[in-house]
Amino acid sequence: MPTLNFFRIFLITLICLVAFLFASPNFFYATVDKKLNDPTSSSSWPDFMPSTLVKLGLDLRGGVYMLLEVKTDDVIRDKFDFLWTDIRSSLIKKRKELGAIRRVDISGDKLQIQIGNPESVNLAIIEIEKFNSSSELFSSRWSGSVTRDVLEISSTDNVVTISFSEEQKKALEKQVIDQSLEIIRRRVDETGTREPTIQRQGRKRVLVQVPGLGSSEELIALLGKTAKLTFNEVVAMDTNSNFPTKLDETVVGSEQDKELFFLLKKRPVVSGENLTNAQPSFDENGLPAVSFNFNPSAALKFGNYTKENIGSPFAIVLDDVVISAPTIRSHIPGGSGIITGNFSVEESNRLAILLRSGALPAEIEVLELRTIGPELGRDSINAGKLAAVVGGVLVLVFMWLSYGLFGIFANIALILNIILVMALLSILGATLTLPGIAGIVLTIGMAVDANVLVFERIKEEIKRNSSVYNSIKTGYEKALSSIVDANVTTMIAAVILFFFGSGPIKGFSVTLGLGIITSVFTALLITRLFIDLYMLFYKPKFLRV
Amino acid sequence: MLLRGLFNQSKEFQFFRFSDLLSYISLAAIGISIILFSVLGLNYGIDFRGGTMFMVSTSEPIEVSDIRDTLSTSQLGDISISRATNPLETLSAGAIANSDSIFIIKVEKTEGVNVETSVKSLLQNIVTNIKFLQIESVGSKVSSELVRNGMLAVFFAVVSVLIYIWLRFEWQFALGAVLALIHDVILTIGIFSVLRYEFNLSIIAALLTIIGYSLNDTVVVFDRVRENLRNFKSLPLLKVLNMSINNTFSRTIMTSVTTLLALFALYFLGGDVIRGFTFAMIWGVLVGTYSSIFVAAKILLLLNVKRNWDEKDSKAGTQF
Repeated sequence: MPTLNFFRIFLITLICLVAFLFASPNFFYATVDKKLNDPTSSSSWPDFMPSTLVKLGLDLRGGVYMLLEVKTDDVIRDKFDFLWTDIRSSLIKKRKELGAIRRVDISGDKLQIQIGNPESVNLAIIEIEKFNSSSELFSSRWSGSVTRDVLEISSTDNVVTISFSEEQKKALEKQVIDQSLEIIRRRVDETGTREPTIQRQGRKRVLVQVPGLGSSEELIALLGKTAKLTFNEVVAMDTNSNFPTKLDETVVGSEQDKELFFLLKKRPVVSGENLTNAQPSFDENGLPAVSFNFNPSAALKFGNYTKENIGSPFAIVLDDVVISAPTIRSHIPGGSGIITGNFSVEESNRLAILLRSGALPAEIEVLELRTIGPELGRDSINAGKLAAVVGGVLVLVFMWLSYGLFGIFANIALILNIILVMALLSILGATLTLPGIAGIVLTIGMAVDANVLVFERIKEEIKRNSSVYNSIKTGYEKALSSIVDANVTTMIAAVILFFFGSGPIKGFSVTLGLGIITSVFTALLITRLFIDLYMLFYKPKFLRV
Repeated sequence: MLLRGLFNQSKEFQFFRFSDLLSYISLAAIGISIILFSVLGLNYGIDFRGGTMFMVSTSEPIEVSDIRDTLSTSQLGDISISRATNPLETLSAGAIANSDSIFIIKVEKTEGVNVETSVKSLLQNIVTNIKFLQIESVGSKVSSELVRNGMLAVFFAVVSVLIYIWLRFEWQFALGAVLALIHDVILTIGIFSVLRYEFNLSIIAALLTIIGYSLNDTVVVFDRVRENLRNFKSLPLLKVLNMSINNTFSRTIMTSVTTLLALFALYFLGGDVIRGFTFAMIWGVLVGTYSSIFVAAKILLLLNVKRNWDEKDSKAGTQF
């Protein structure tokens, strides 16, 4: 006769109770959801019950899924461009010794400088070394990242090559991404959506998920712009873009007039980083505009600049396009101003949001964009639920018809199995997707496998005329090896799927994996417990499995 | 009970009677699948070929050709349009009426907002009450990564399984199981080439699940083979294999039936979105069950697995 291990019974009961407790909110989804969203409302869901719900994936609740890549290479290229202007002006002072100097790199991920007199390469290197400790390169935006040498300087013949160390590059990338994440978060928050997810993925990527958003257009308009705002000195303007350009100058097109081009000083007078606020407003003609405020130091700079340049134009540049180029009429001391352009009301609203949230440190590219309308999501849930219920009932009936009483034991285990999966999903905070529901339905079908293996073994033992107790004992023992092998192999597939899958597929691997674990648990412990109890209390003389 | 004793037959099936013929059929099926795949190719979804997909619904009577005419004026590259069956035929969810027609439009271009906005405004011009149920856009950079990751996933799954079975059994078993898996995967790709179901990320997931399931089945048979090889040392291999398959046959049928019951529920009730995925699984369960008997076991027979499973000198094969 089987002996009852009370500690084991206690443990199994405890696990099942906890599972019930954590799975239960999901069966009253609407009630609990209402309580979570509005704690003050009188919800019938009791306070002492846990109220963590399974997170629904975007494919089930609708929303926008966006994979972005931050173009960190551009930042590095910009850094070298700046460095080149600085190095050049310092080397030019030694022109007598060095001869002609030229920038000869093409790729932009390093700086290569050709020195006219090959014998004085070392002199050039000494000059360039000075930039290694001068933290100009990083200090303003990359504070904290400057550890000893940031540049790697080497030379072959008459060419000096300057590059970032791999470590430095990584640190730089990380900072660009971190900053981008922060700014993306601010911009997404401005859309007023509930619980967006913004996370780093891989080395340069950012994954943005915004549930409940019906269209991605607004999001793209907000994230697609770098919103780098600068106020630059205008050197010249013309309808022809062929300006004689000096090294510290750059040619920029105009937003309002496609025929007009500006020659600007590269170094801005002030830039968007120094803004403390930006609000949509209207100009004196009642047209939409954006008003802004500078911080004190920029206000001072801007004030001094306007005082010295009354009568000459200056350019307001957004993402390398001049949006307006007003003429300075008077000294502007207060550090506040207004940007006009051909804005619509929405555009001025959006620009204000972009300026407030700050410029992205680099451009971002949309790699993957998925928008699921709320109708489709709702219908997928309903379809999934129905399939799960019908599939479940079919399996329950089939098991009962095939194994009778033992089939009912297996069925109770199967129901507990589903509850365990739901509870685990809630506790782990995993996301349930449509393929995830498919995983659960598949688990329903496959979860009985362990029980079937045991029952078939018991049947064989009965045929061999073993005693009732021995049939069960041997059946379990002999089936164990198969159960382990069969489930480990499926688990391997689930684990691989988890690591290689993206988005919804991950959701499938999670429910499949959890289903495997719980099905082994329920078959080996719970069904066994039922059978043992049945044996103890009914003491059957023969078994019909 | 109705079904009780259905599989309780004491008669032994002779699984290897037609096994030579079946081997040729399997080989031919593999060959045909490879030919079909190379001739027809797969109907790759947006995930793998890049581009933008729109799923729209409308109650107005419009045809595929109307949409094609409207969209062909814009520079969107290759366009393909198909009418989907209503995913909710079986449901009264309300959001999408049963009379609505649903179209799936795929265009080659992805350029973010431009494609989306232009297609949206073009369609809204001809159909006023159009609903955009789903829009997916995958750039070529990501799609090639997804293809690579998908292939890597299948490859790693096969290799790790090979290693696991090799450790737990013998190399002949590992080879048999893996060839059975490859058989299943190739046949699935073959049927997808013919039926033109969309081949997307979720089909890769289905392939991996098929691998898991087929193995599950194979391993249960192998487990019994190993046990019987120990118990019946003098019995010819053919007999041992046949006995093992018979021993596990009712379990094989039971588990296949319960899994298929769940899958068919999903196929008919789970909606269009995962129908291709469920189809792949159903196919996989059928093929996987077949292959664990007629491919995996047959290979064991051909490779003539070693017989002296003396537990002392058997280095491989960790028994539980």
